[in-house]
Amino acid sequence: MEAHGLRIGYGQKKQWKTVAGEIDFTLLQGELAAIVGINGIGKSTLLRTLGRVQPKLDGGIFLDGLPIDGLGPLALASKISMVLTEPLASKNLAVWELLALGRQPYTNWLGTLASEDRSKIALAIELVGIGDLQYKKCYELSDGQLQKVMIARALAQDTSIILLDEPTSHLDLYHKVQILKLLGSIAHETQKTVLFTTHEIEIAIQLCDKMLVMDREECYFGQPCELILQGCFQKLFPADTIVFDPDTGSFKVKK
Amino acid sequence: MRPQKTYFIPFVLLLVVLLLCFGINVSLGSVAIPLKETVNAFLGNSAAQDSSTYIIWNYRIPKAFTAVLVGGGLSVSGLLMQTFFRNPLAGPFVLGISSGASLGAALLIMGSSLFSGLLSFNLVNDVSLAVVSSMGSFAVLLSVMVVAAKVKDSMALLIIGLMFGSITAAVVSVLSYFTDAQQLQQYIYWSFGSIGHLSWAQLAILGTIVIIGMILGIASIKSLNALLLGENYARSLGVDIKKSRFLIIIAAGLLAGGITAFAGPIAFVGLAVPHLTRQIFNTTDHKILVPAVTLYGAILLLICDTVAQLPNSASMLPLNAVTSVVGAPVVIWLLVRKRKMVF
Repeated sequence: MEAHGLRIGYGQKKQWKTVAGEIDFTLLQGELAAIVGINGIGKSTLLRTLGRVQPKLDGGIFLDGLPIDGLGPLALASKISMVLTEPLASKNLAVWELLALGRQPYTNWLGTLASEDRSKIALAIELVGIGDLQYKKCYELSDGQLQKVMIARALAQDTSIILLDEPTSHLDLYHKVQILKLLGSIAHETQKTVLFTTHEIEIAIQLCDKMLVMDREECYFGQPCELILQGCFQKLFPADTIVFDPDTGSFKVKK
Repeated sequence: MRPQKTYFIPFVLLLVVLLLCFGINVSLGSVAIPLKETVNAFLGNSAAQDSSTYIIWNYRIPKAFTAVLVGGGLSVSGLLMQTFFRNPLAGPFVLGISSGASLGAALLIMGSSLFSGLLSFNLVNDVSLAVVSSMGSFAVLLSVMVVAAKVKDSMALLIIGLMFGSITAAVVSVLSYFTDAQQLQQYIYWSFGSIGHLSWAQLAILGTIVIIGMILGIASIKSLNALLLGENYARSLGVDIKKSRFLIIIAAGLLAGGITAFAGPIAFVGLAVPHLTRQIFNTTDHKILVPAVTLYGAILLLICDTVAQLPNSASMLPLNAVTSVVGAPVVIWLLVRKRKMVF
């Protein structure tokens, strides 16, 4: 997945409000990548734009060298799956039903599951390790369990790219690390490209192959250690409150 | 739930109950006809009296069919709206569709007195009432759809539907203030809801409307299931949101509008039946819910109508009152007992 000169934002007709741009990056198969930046910088907007849930303003997004604008909704749905921050419309969904919805791009007009669909769902359950949850209802799950289920749904959609919007919010440190490690193993074992937004910069530096740092003026993309050497993280927060320690890769509050 | 569950047994049971209720509904009425006579008349047996045959074939059977269409259609309409608006309290009344029909009916019945000097014949009859109230519900439906094209948020659409309902209610109350007692009474009778006055020809029109609405609803099953995740998720699954919104609104509007036009406003069926159905069918899959809700709604309305006609007596209860008496406690029970109204 590549993006070139991408500008994102909101607007209607001629009144565009650019949130961020220009964004350039190239992600390879099997890479785990994080988008980091302060609140309101446009991380989620970027993710939604990449998934074409929301229109881009300028520039191009490419999959395997081809622009995604040329893909129909179903073709796109078989290439990119998403895990969003918006709450489920219906918490009454059973986990298995929810996972089955991930197969929608491949099923017939009624959504009847074929044996291949069932095996993909079973595979997703196994990869994420939620076998004990599959017959529960979504309202019975904890936040961490629900997040795993949503990741499994994206896996069931069987796409080469998975985009996740803040998969670690509302979770404790253990579950945050657990989820991000899970994403890492998914990326490396299944050769999928996994891109997520997060506020856990320190954990992301340790676990990710690539990072996209969104700052007010510019966006930086590269391997975490390169970005540390370039001093990208120092500029992220005002230096009089939080400083970045390049040696340990962590942030310190300035007293 | 188990992934493979097809709910075969509940479906068969519901079908049997439906046939039973249909039979009971046909065999009971203001005129007492013995069961044997009813069966003979139904089978066209010459042993039956002509009067019984006439009552059964031209009054009771069309009425029972109307009950099936009205109950099934309103319930599906309610189910579509609950999923579409992500709101367990949504129903045919919420979009303002029923109020639109009321406005049409009120304008015809009470407005005709204002023009009675100009026209020498009586405008108000069953056909014109059905036409005008359909037009009323579609006028509201079209306005809601125009707004829906501009407003992206389903919640906003829900509130707009309620506002349309308020406006039509206001116009109706102004009209009733200026109209004379006879017309007001006629309007109030319409608003009681009745399924007993449809001829076979009218039944055919209603049937066509309901079947078209059902087909559109069935065509939306897959996108309805995706919408259970939320609109953005549905979009990421390749659902054409604009097209599905259009289809679902048209289906729900056709069902609710067409039915209200012919049978008057019938409260709570559209709201309560989907929730009752979920007590038996513990699933969110619309492939199962749509047929289940249809059967359940038909059964409920057949029972309500049987009660409303107070068997073997000359008087009748307003159907709208009976469905409210059944429906409102159900909603309260769901909220208090189950502590949640999920969809």
